[in-house]
Amino acid sequence: MKADLDFRPEMFEVADKTDLNVDKIRRPSIKFWPDVWRRLKMNKLAMLGLTLIIAMIVMAFIGVKLSGYTYFEQNLKLRNTHPNMEFWFGTDELGRDMFTRVWYGARYSLAIGVIAAFIDFVIGITYGGIAGISSRRVDAIMMRVAEVIYSIPYLLIVILLSVVLTQEGGGSSMFVLILAMSLTGWVPMAILVRGQVLQLKESEYSLASESLGATKSWILKKHIFPNTLGPILVNVTLTIPRAIFAEATLGFLGLGLQAPMSSLGTLANDGLAGLAVGNAYQIIIPAIFISLIMFSFNVLGDGLRDALDPRLRK
Amino acid sequence: MSKYLLKRLFMSLVTIWAVITITFALMHSVPGDPFRSESKMPPAVYENLLSQYGLDKPVPQQYVIYLGNLLQGDLGASMKSRVETVNDMVERGFPVSAQLGAQALLIAIVFGPALGSLAALYQNKFPDYLSMVIAIIGISVPSFIMGTVLIQFVARNVAYFPIGGWGTWQHTLLPSFALALMPLATMARLMRSSMLEVLNQDYIKTAKSKGIRKSAVILKHAVRNAILPVISILGTTISNLLVGSFVIEKIFGIPGLGRFFVQSISNRDYTLIMGTTIFYAIILVAMLFIVDIAYMLIDPRIKLAKEGR
Repeated sequence: MKADLDFRPEMFEVADKTDLNVDKIRRPSIKFWPDVWRRLKMNKLAMLGLTLIIAMIVMAFIGVKLSGYTYFEQNLKLRNTHPNMEFWFGTDELGRDMFTRVWYGARYSLAIGVIAAFIDFVIGITYGGIAGISSRRVDAIMMRVAEVIYSIPYLLIVILLSVVLTQEGGGSSMFVLILAMSLTGWVPMAILVRGQVLQLKESEYSLASESLGATKSWILKKHIFPNTLGPILVNVTLTIPRAIFAEATLGFLGLGLQAPMSSLGTLANDGLAGLAVGNAYQIIIPAIFISLIMFSFNVLGDGLRDALDPRLRK
Repeated sequence: MSKYLLKRLFMSLVTIWAVITITFALMHSVPGDPFRSESKMPPAVYENLLSQYGLDKPVPQQYVIYLGNLLQGDLGASMKSRVETVNDMVERGFPVSAQLGAQALLIAIVFGPALGSLAALYQNKFPDYLSMVIAIIGISVPSFIMGTVLIQFVARNVAYFPIGGWGTWQHTLLPSFALALMPLATMARLMRSSMLEVLNQDYIKTAKSKGIRKSAVILKHAVRNAILPVISILGTTISNLLVGSFVIEKIFGIPGLGRFFVQSISNRDYTLIMGTTIFYAIILVAMLFIVDIAYMLIDPRIKLAKEGR
């Protein structure tokens, strides 16, 4: 045992100090986003979600043209036709082609989800960012206001607003639905951004930058903003299904888009009547697509969260 | 503790007041008045109706009267139903909705954390995959679709479950389950991740090495600590259950408050919409308050952090 530890000078040789290759980085350094993408690619469920989302977006554009029928064309002789070769998803109680209507509905559902999430994102980062960099007093007031809005159930307010903003008897326009959702939907994003900004403001690299003489706006632009981008992106991905879910629920409660326009929610609502008389496909098909959209965005959001911050992997 | 309690109570009251004011403002910003559409009404009758509902007074005065009535527990009259007031409907519908909500919450609380714990204990084995599948279904299938599927495939084929309506215990099972699935899935996911984290803690190793029975380690040391995040989302869960009940009550034809609310929306019964919204808000804010206090009592660390502010 002791013999092993007996080191003698001749056992060592002097390293070649002229060889600079030792310190050379031999592999290309992976930048942050490619690294995120690499980790995301390993998550099969998230990739499935991403593929489904892309497929559904493509179909929302071209799917409405494939069957050769329009979403509003009624054919009373072909009412309630079950799915067959001519009508792939069957027809509804007015003889309209369900295949076209479903993709048309998916287009509106996706558009409402994405636009609502985008507006939430813009308002949320502005409000949260201002609260985060303001004085404690302003911050406290802004957050109390946000908390009050937050503790009112989101859908309750959306329902109320769409009641107020629409004419009696008619459905809502897309604008009204998005407006109703964004008026209260930005709060979670604002709370998230404000928390991130506060946390990063105290971080050591912000302090280091400040002590090196960086201005506030530089720190905000170079350190705080890039570092909040990840959590914000995850939040946006998870806001989209929430908005789509809210829209589907509104549609199901009869507050959705004005006929003959359709979203997946209003299609499911129309299909509910078909359920009682044996035309279950009229509700099942839109239901499958709502679930697929929710599924895809949720698993993609979860995957992104893991990919952005491997420490958080659960 | 009491300082935080008071502050919290004050915030709850502000929230309720904000809801009342927002709802009042919204409902009074609708152009026209509810009786204008009932045409061919003699002017005298029209005037009488307006004064009966207090609509002839200026809006700020109506607001003060409305607030005063609310303080006495009067939610107002319904504009479409001439016999029932909002209070009557709440008294009739709320017990039904409350039972539905409570059952759903119970199902979610019992099975969600249990499923999550099992998944964590048998990570990457069958229980884990099972709970993952349930969690994915629960999160991606909205409750109105779950309800429809249950009616179509379960209630139609199994005579034990009625298709709709309310009355016996059998009636409550399917709707409660449909309503519970989403919170159940969320809780299972949350419980799984927090359980995995807790199981890696040193105190679990200590407990194990002291020779405590495995069941005691899991129940007394792991679950007790891991359940805290689940309790923290109870408030949101209750809020989701409440909104979910609108849809579930519509599908299953349950005579609860949610159905009155949905009906009041399609009837444009503004006073009923206003009354039920405010009632919902009060219930919800009270629930959030209770959950917050309970959480503080369960986890002493929260109490310290909040007092430190």
